[in-house]
Amino acid sequence: MHLAYPAVLAALLFCTGLYGVLARRNAILVLMSVELMLNAVNLNLVAFDVWLSKAARDTLHSGQALTLFTIAIAAAEIGIGLAIVLAVHRNRGTSDIDKLRDTAEGHETVGPDSDALTAGPADGAGKAEATA
Amino acid sequence: MTTTTLAVLVPLLPFLGAAAGLLLGRTAPGFVRPLAVLPALTSLVLAVLVAVRQGGGQAVNAHTELTPTGSVPIELALHIDGFAALVAILVGVVASCVQIYSTGYLRDDPRYPSYAALVSLFTSAMLLVVYSGDLIVLLVGWEVMGICSYFLVGHYWETPEARAASIKAFLVTKLGDVPFLIGLFALATQAGSFRITTILGTVAHGGLDHPTVIALLLLAGAAGKSAQFPLHTWLPDAMAGPTPVSALIHAATMVAAGVYFIARLLPVFEASQAAMVVLAVMAAVTMVGSGLAALAQDDIKRVLAYSTIGQLGYMTGALAVGDRSAAVFHLLTHGAFKALLFLAAGVIIHAAGTNSLAAMSRLHGLRDRVPDAFWTMTVALLALAAIPPFSGFFSKESVLGAAEHVATGHTERAPGVSGWIILVAGLLAALLTAAYATRLWLLAFNGRGAEAPDHGRQPLTMTVVLWVLAVPSLALGAFAYRSLPDWFDGRDLTPALTTSVVGTGVALIGGIVTYAAWRHTTALAARVPLGAVAAHPESDAGQVEAEAIASHAPAYGGVASAPDPADPGRLLLGPLHRHAAVGFHLDAVYAALFVRPVQAGASLVRFLDREVVETYVRGAGALPGLLGAAVRRAQTGNVQTYVSALLAGTVVLAVAALLVATGA
Repeated sequence: MHLAYPAVLAALLFCTGLYGVLARRNAILVLMSVELMLNAVNLNLVAFDVWLSKAARDTLHSGQALTLFTIAIAAAEIGIGLAIVLAVHRNRGTSDIDKLRDTAEGHETVGPDSDALTAGPADGAGKAEATA
Repeated sequence: MTTTTLAVLVPLLPFLGAAAGLLLGRTAPGFVRPLAVLPALTSLVLAVLVAVRQGGGQAVNAHTELTPTGSVPIELALHIDGFAALVAILVGVVASCVQIYSTGYLRDDPRYPSYAALVSLFTSAMLLVVYSGDLIVLLVGWEVMGICSYFLVGHYWETPEARAASIKAFLVTKLGDVPFLIGLFALATQAGSFRITTILGTVAHGGLDHPTVIALLLLAGAAGKSAQFPLHTWLPDAMAGPTPVSALIHAATMVAAGVYFIARLLPVFEASQAAMVVLAVMAAVTMVGSGLAALAQDDIKRVLAYSTIGQLGYMTGALAVGDRSAAVFHLLTHGAFKALLFLAAGVIIHAAGTNSLAAMSRLHGLRDRVPDAFWTMTVALLALAAIPPFSGFFSKESVLGAAEHVATGHTERAPGVSGWIILVAGLLAALLTAAYATRLWLLAFNGRGAEAPDHGRQPLTMTVVLWVLAVPSLALGAFAYRSLPDWFDGRDLTPALTTSVVGTGVALIGGIVTYAAWRHTTALAARVPLGAVAAHPESDAGQVEAEAIASHAPAYGGVASAPDPADPGRLLLGPLHRHAAVGFHLDAVYAALFVRPVQAGASLVRFLDREVVETYVRGAGALPGLLGAAVRRAQTGNVQTYVSALLAGTVVLAVAALLVATGA
């Protein structure tokens, strides 16, 4: 199989992921898009590993080994990410990235989400916990 | 143990006691009193042993050099001659009495542990000064005393008077210490050693190039420590400390150090006629001025403070006529009776609930409330006024005799003019001393008016030490004047007939005139009611005294004087009284000359710092601040915006790299 097919597929996957990261509002979908981008890289790693080993320049298959590492680390990372998203959702009642703007300059007074944040009585403590 | 070991232990024990007291004061309060009293008593015993072994004969010299220190070697040296041995005993006696007295005087004081430790440290420093044979080691003790006096005078730091007095005591003595240090360096450079014996050897061979400059520099330090004019102003204000501290500072330690130092290095001063005349003038001004000021004071402790300055004037006067035996003789007797006077004054202040003589003169029967203080204070005042056969008579007559000796040209040790200055000023001061001693006694113990309040018996620790000190006040002079020359230079200390008769005569005149003035004015006392007493008469003596000091200025309009027309001092001094009460405006002069310029300079510096320097700093910070505010606008809080910017940057960089790589 020619190297162009997996390379083009990986590029498409990466662009899809990038679009998702930049455009989706739901934090879980953003995380899924990040996974897409990671897998595009994994595909690249495997494809180039095969291509290089055909040329007998690399017999250790380090690309495949690195792919395994990436998959394991991605699994751990997505676990933490989902946990954070869950915690934020429980505190704020939303996982919409557009509404999570606590780090904006001067958000205490002008933040568009300040109304939503102060809606519930437990929000003060929850916000403190979330920002801590 | 060898004499050297004993002598090393004498200053070391109070030092260890002080360290242990400071460490254990909070955790083991039960040990504080033994740790305060026992080292002082042990040092006293050891000092007596050292004196017995030394026996007034050959001086004990010992030295060791810890490490080479460059050009002029600094050695840990002991030099114990008869002067050192006897002065150390005096320090031990007074320090032990003060420590025992303090256990009663400050028994409820929460800061007693640190107080007792500082008194121990003070004692240790003075003993170091006394025994030291090396000027740098002596300087260490000298400066430790300075800082201890700062802490002890400021013991009641809740009151503004005590805070001001402690800072004043520290600054004024330091003002003298700076020239003192330069003088020490100059002396050591010329002699090639800090050892006192080596320096005296150099002086004896005439190896000193500028004796006048060195002597005057050293004199500044000694004048600051010994409260001589014009650096005496810290001492009357130091009365804001507790009474036992006053007794310690005034009798045996701090103020004695300056006189003792000059006595040790007297040949250096004798090498310069000008320095001796300056010393004589300083002593004369001090004696007469302090006598006049003492006559106008209302606070019983300030009277005693000015009397200390005057008696120190006698000692420097004796040194100015080149007779250190007389100076140290007077130092010993004065140490005993002045400690007694202060400690008795503490008892009286406690019993009367006030430190004001005007208020005491309106209390009837104070002498029956405190009979121990009355009898011992009478003895001490007679000794102060130099009435035979009390100890002050013999030492003061030895000073006057030495002055007369020099004035009539019997000896070449000092210029004749200093002899005349000291003789005239000494006789005048004897008159004034008797006058203010009589005034103090009459006002404190012969009051008419309301019955004195009964606060129960004074603690035994406070009354016993009075009697212990009364013994040397009564008898030291008469018994010692024959044997002391063996310990000292061998100069005769027997009172000469002429000066004895004249001196005692003027003292009697002073006493009688004051008595007459008192009889004349005392009728007025009933018509002008005065008096404010402490609010907590049942608390310990230290608290009563602190309240008395704090309430003196609001009650009588000043710390020094009270508007009392029944005061015989007012009648005797006439128009001079107003000036004498404030110490002849010397504080005001210092305020105008030094304090105000310094304060003006400080406000100028403050203005330059706040308004000029800070403006530049703020201006320099303004532009980065504006830029930062602009950049912060990009921080929207939306992660996706950041990632978009990151992507755009990456693409731009990639395109640029591509263009560069292809060479387009």
